[in-house]
Amino acid sequence: MTAYLAKRLLIGLATLVVASMVVFAVLEVVPGDPALIMLGMNAEPEALATLREQMGLNQPLLMRYLDWASGMIVGDFGRSYTYSSPVIELIGERAAVSLPLALLSLVLSTVIALPVGIFAASRRGRPADTISMGVAQVGVAIPNFWFALLLIYLFAVWLRLVPAGGFPGWNAGLWPGVKALILPAIALALPQAAILARVTRSAMLEVLGEDYIRTARAKGMPRRVVLWHHALRNALIPVLTILGLQFAFLLAGTIIIENVFYLPGLGRLVFQAITQRDLIVVEGVVMLLVASVVLVNILVDIGYAIVDPRLRTRQ
Amino acid sequence: MSLLSIENLSLDIAGTPILKDVDLTIEPGEVLGLVGESGSGKSMTALTVMQLLPEAARARGQVTFNGIDILKAPEEAMCRLRGDDLGMVFQEPMTALNPVKTIGEQVAEGIRWHTGASRANAEDRARAMLDRVGLPEAKFPLSRFPHQLSGGQRQRVVIAIACALNPKLLIADEPTTALDVVLQAQILELLRELVVENRMGLLLISHDLAVVADMADRVTILRHGEVMESGPTASVLTEQRHPYTRRLAEASTHVPARPHTPASPNTEPTRLLEVSNIVKDYPGARKGLFSRAKPFRAVDDVSFSLDTGHAVALVGRSGCGKSTLARMILALDTPTAGEIRLAGENLAGKSQRELRHARRDMQVVFQDPYGSFNPRHRVERLVAEPLHLLDEKPSAQNRRERVAEALHLVGLSPADMEKFPHEFSGGQRQRISIARAIITRPKLIVADEPVSALDVSIRAQVLDLFADLNHRLGLTYLFITHDLTVARAITDEVMVMHEGQIMERGPTHAVLDAPRTEAARALVNAAPDLNQSLKKRRHLEAGK
Repeated sequence: MTAYLAKRLLIGLATLVVASMVVFAVLEVVPGDPALIMLGMNAEPEALATLREQMGLNQPLLMRYLDWASGMIVGDFGRSYTYSSPVIELIGERAAVSLPLALLSLVLSTVIALPVGIFAASRRGRPADTISMGVAQVGVAIPNFWFALLLIYLFAVWLRLVPAGGFPGWNAGLWPGVKALILPAIALALPQAAILARVTRSAMLEVLGEDYIRTARAKGMPRRVVLWHHALRNALIPVLTILGLQFAFLLAGTIIIENVFYLPGLGRLVFQAITQRDLIVVEGVVMLLVASVVLVNILVDIGYAIVDPRLRTRQ
Repeated sequence: MSLLSIENLSLDIAGTPILKDVDLTIEPGEVLGLVGESGSGKSMTALTVMQLLPEAARARGQVTFNGIDILKAPEEAMCRLRGDDLGMVFQEPMTALNPVKTIGEQVAEGIRWHTGASRANAEDRARAMLDRVGLPEAKFPLSRFPHQLSGGQRQRVVIAIACALNPKLLIADEPTTALDVVLQAQILELLRELVVENRMGLLLISHDLAVVADMADRVTILRHGEVMESGPTASVLTEQRHPYTRRLAEASTHVPARPHTPASPNTEPTRLLEVSNIVKDYPGARKGLFSRAKPFRAVDDVSFSLDTGHAVALVGRSGCGKSTLARMILALDTPTAGEIRLAGENLAGKSQRELRHARRDMQVVFQDPYGSFNPRHRVERLVAEPLHLLDEKPSAQNRRERVAEALHLVGLSPADMEKFPHEFSGGQRQRISIARAIITRPKLIVADEPVSALDVSIRAQVLDLFADLNHRLGLTYLFITHDLTVARAITDEVMVMHEGQIMERGPTHAVLDAPRTEAARALVNAAPDLNQSLKKRRHLEAGK
């Protein structure tokens, strides 16, 4: 188990290093001079040169990479050109919205999807299965921004249970913050839940056809008990894989939902930074996302090992 | 009253009739052998008693177990019976246990479920049961997971689960078919002891007459869902009144006629294959970040040679290294040390390109005729596959001619080349794989358990085919098998392998009739033999 963990951690670290190189190199070749953008198209050439000097844009590529990378290790992601504040602070503010939102929708989607998937699998081919999978199909097909508008109309405009958009900040208290995130979380969770339910169902069906399920039934355990005690844990591996992928998406792929609800999240930050050529912010956010994906993958790997003892001994 | 009585049981699944008016009875302490070929309905009979049939199944008739009408019993009543009075052991031990639960949990689970015992108490009883089936605490603590056990050990766990609450009836569906002969003998012995200890009834399902003759007091022979014959084992199997019984018995002991003139008798035998001092190590399991266990030596300094036209069996228990050795001969795996020469040419260290020439001269037939074909290709393409090894690509016309000829040689019709694999039975598929193996006119055929997945009557036909091709095409065979009947039927010589080494080699009859080494003796003694078992059983029945 220690060897298994150590290996995952090493792979994760190596991924981070390679990713940082790629991120840096890609943004290097993207057209657009940050200094020019800051000063505007009519800038004086001297002013431009001075600013480029200040920003260190004239240094050799390798130096700039090392500067940037070593800064990140100690938490210095540089300063944003457009916001004129440290990148780490910008990311921190935005992550305070995006991270809880991602976690909330992940929990929602799991809580909806697992029971539906298991239930559908246990009723394979019967009306309950057909109906729940039909609903899941619709869930995959509905665009989440449309569904979000529907939610706003229903719960914010009509029932007035939650705000229609915006984020009051966590300083306003836990409940107002959570309240502002509930609708976006539901809008994000539904399509994810639909996918996850389908994956859960097919994983369960595969496991239910295994010999050891028959062995468990031959022990005298009723179908329902066998389903929860023997089948579920074996079906969790593909479910964990999908959950890991979904978390990465939920952290940064939520720009549309953030816009619909006027949430100051990471998605909007990175979008604005890209349009303004604020490369240092883009780099920072992308690296944060890479790090979180790596971390989630390690967690998923640990999850695999907890679920399946065979993976603990394999290298 | 019988423990189990089945009367006029008919079963159909989604409209397809599976069983027709099946009758059988089992008394307490009695072993009933249920014999039949694949598709005869043996397993479905067992699953009817357990009420674990597929959902589309409809059963009619009367099944009474211990006074309970099984076909009418509600699911809750069946749950109370299963695992308590009614235990079942399945064929495939490798997949019969839940991989994510410890063996202790899996044995204790049924005990807790039925008796309501506390976890500690159930675990004590599970421990005692595992000790009873030969898995002592020192080597097999309850915390072991199934993947840490071998096939034979897993089957013991399955038996422990089934017998944990001293069932009145145990149903064992081909319990030893997936095991080697030595393990088979041990598991059968264990079952026999459990029958005697607890006066348990045993429904032993098997396709192997020798196993049934060894174990069963009475036998019921099933074919296409109908009972052909039933009665005391010795009289049914010796008198063979029913023609189907006779056919089965003949097929099980079938020895193909082989004119003993390998190729050309006048010339000196030529060396085809020369294996010298071959070794294969596999890296040991990783223990920590930087340490590994000692490498595992699968094949340990093996040397032998094969003459053209000879048929040699490589026999041994599972895990003895015989398949690894075969893979190296076929150049599918590289030896750690040693040399393999085919017709004088050294195979070791050659690139795939350089091996083309040699691959043309050696082909392989695998065990599973179902898994070894791409289901989306037609037979023509499947059989023609090895032709890419030829130096010149044959024309389409020539290719079809060659395929037609190969199919003809294995007893299929050239028209079959337009069909897909699923249109053939298991035996026909094995013929297709033989056609594929001979299409390049190889000198050597390596056959890895080529008949062990086949029913006895089909097996006899395929063995005949092997014998015929040996004679007609002068093929040299290396048969890898754990089944000594196959070795006896078709080979001139036997090599006995044990823990990576060849312990004994000699003419087939000499080795199998008078084994000299411990390893060979263990194999021969464990191998079930129909005639010997019948002799013993007649003695037993006469004594009663």
